[in-house]
Amino acid sequence: MVLWCPDWSVRAGLLELAETEVEVAAEAPAAVLSANRVTVCNAAARAEGVRRGQRRRDAQARCPEVVLLTDSPERDARWFEPVLAAVEDVRPGVAPLRPGLLAVPAPGRFFSRGALSGEEAAAALLSELLVDAGVWDCRFGVADDLFTAERAARQAGPQECVSVPAAGSAVFLRDLPVMALADDGPEGAALSDLLRRLGLIRLGDFAALGAGEVANRFGSYGSDVWRRVHGASQTRLASRTPPPELARSVPFEPPLDSAEAVTFSVRRTAEEFVAGLAARQLVATAVRIEAEFDGGLSARRWVHPRCFTSRDLVDRVHWQLQGAVITAPIELVRFLPEIVEPAGDHADGLWGGGAEEQVVRGVARVQAMVGYDAVRVPVRQGGRSAADRQALVPWGERPAGLRPLDRPWPGRIPGPAPTRVFAEALSADVVDLSDAPVDVSVRGAVSAEPARYRIGRHWVPVAAWAGPWPVDESWWLGDASGGGRSARFQLVGVDGRAWLVRWLSAGGWIVEAAYD
Amino acid sequence: MSVARIEQLRGRIDALQGAPTRLSVPVLPVLDGLVRLRTGSVYGADSAGLVMTLVAGASQAGEWVGFVGWDDFGVEAAHQRGIDLARTVLVPRPGEHWLEVTAALVDVVKVVALRPPGPVDAKSAGILDARLRARSAVLVVQGEWPGCEAWLGLESAEWLGVGRGEGRLSGRRGDLVARRGGRAAARSTVLLDEGA
Repeated sequence: MVLWCPDWSVRAGLLELAETEVEVAAEAPAAVLSANRVTVCNAAARAEGVRRGQRRRDAQARCPEVVLLTDSPERDARWFEPVLAAVEDVRPGVAPLRPGLLAVPAPGRFFSRGALSGEEAAAALLSELLVDAGVWDCRFGVADDLFTAERAARQAGPQECVSVPAAGSAVFLRDLPVMALADDGPEGAALSDLLRRLGLIRLGDFAALGAGEVANRFGSYGSDVWRRVHGASQTRLASRTPPPELARSVPFEPPLDSAEAVTFSVRRTAEEFVAGLAARQLVATAVRIEAEFDGGLSARRWVHPRCFTSRDLVDRVHWQLQGAVITAPIELVRFLPEIVEPAGDHADGLWGGGAEEQVVRGVARVQAMVGYDAVRVPVRQGGRSAADRQALVPWGERPAGLRPLDRPWPGRIPGPAPTRVFAEALSADVVDLSDAPVDVSVRGAVSAEPARYRIGRHWVPVAAWAGPWPVDESWWLGDASGGGRSARFQLVGVDGRAWLVRWLSAGGWIVEAAYD
Repeated sequence: MSVARIEQLRGRIDALQGAPTRLSVPVLPVLDGLVRLRTGSVYGADSAGLVMTLVAGASQAGEWVGFVGWDDFGVEAAHQRGIDLARTVLVPRPGEHWLEVTAALVDVVKVVALRPPGPVDAKSAGILDARLRARSAVLVVQGEWPGCEAWLGLESAEWLGVGRGEGRLSGRRGDLVARRGGRAAARSTVLLDEGA
């Protein structure tokens, strides 16, 4: 038995939109776009003339109020999960085929009630459940094999069930137009288009071709369909195993109001959490910790460079509670595994590895002293300015969102990198021989040779200088936020110190780094 | 097998047997003959670049290194000098806890580079000295420190490759001077900071 929820990605998109932003009516016209073309639209949009394959502006022209959603298979799968769970509650062995489509083994004829056959009774029960769960449009199809059952579900009306009798799949399929294949992924769309152009209108016409010809001309997908139309298809269900419950939580009664008390009390739960994972040969490398209190929730995702032990989890709870704004005593702490990996990948080698372990422990002590963010791991990344070319990642977090190093980055200064890169640039003055500030023209020409500079209090004569390296970055941000034209110079003073300074079109000079 | 290598191995055996020893820590070839890092001692340097150069040898040999109080750490410069960033711990702003943080890092990291926030009194220095000897680690300080084993400075340095509005900084030539209490200063003319 196949359950089909039409236009699922539109529905999932609307559900997510309703959760995050202003309310959107569930029946508002909406379409999911991928590469500027409509891939899925709902019935309301279809009624206004929006069609699959239309360009964005055509869709908007037909129906100006259409809600446009981006294509996101993860979102669709995420929102389909409650549907799977709801069906699983009454019938184990659910096989998710794709978001919006699932299959369950149909109940036998022994479950028939009065005039309803067993399948229809089951479909009625499931649709009742799903409507309770908020899924109005669910359609059921029952057949010997998956392919036919899906076609049958697509013929059913909302909350209805189309049942193909046993051994009747071939008869059912032969009456279908070849366009029914178009819903079966890109291969199906290509084949249905080809068959239509060949003048084959019904799947029965396709079935009349010889097996050899089909295999020669239409490839493996074509012969697959041909076998199905002949009623010789065997598609077994690969039902899913429900994910094991790995999350752990600890309620506090009465609620605890100090971070230390909570930290002390979660130790046991943290140990259970790690043990629960270990029993399945797993370790967690990313964990979401949630702390509930009256009127709020403090939730944060923590990533570990290796894997979480119970002590690490207790530390993370401590840091999270210290950092978060918590207005009431804590009622509950919950550990949710976000990324789990096989424990074998993280086990210590028989030889070596000890030194690293020691460092990890020592750094944890330092973090306990000065705070989680105070210990950093330096990482290189791409960029133009010296400060852009590096990142200091908090110890214990994985570097993410780094700019790639292997790009040319025109405008960056080659040669030895500055040893001191100021997190916040210092202000400076650079003047020429007549004490006028040095300027850079739109073409990148320097107004006059820099003669003296001042960083801090004292003026230093320039011994040598190089530049400019002009850049025009982030001009759309405006001058105030560091965008716009600028040029970098290397200045060497007569005292032997070398600086990397930057002229800004907004006026003024700053010191970005020092060669020391 | 060279004599130095045998000496190093002998030192390691002593360390395993629990004897208080002074192992030598590898340094970059440019510092050969000028200064030898030995565990349990404090070394000083006058610039950030020299501290990185002192630390790089140990990092290349596979040891962990730590930087404390470096709020302007030049990551790319450290990489160009050969410091392995994957085995580097950085505490940019330890604040008032700098002594405790340094002591905690000395416990687990072979070479710690420290930039103290101000003048250091002999008592704090004594605490760290004892810890360094117990844990067989090296401390490299940028700035003043009472009782340095050796102090490294660059004298009569000149920048190469840069003119008046032309070229770019390509390196630095100068006299690397290593001073140690009482003995004559060792010096050699070197070329530093040859970047990519």
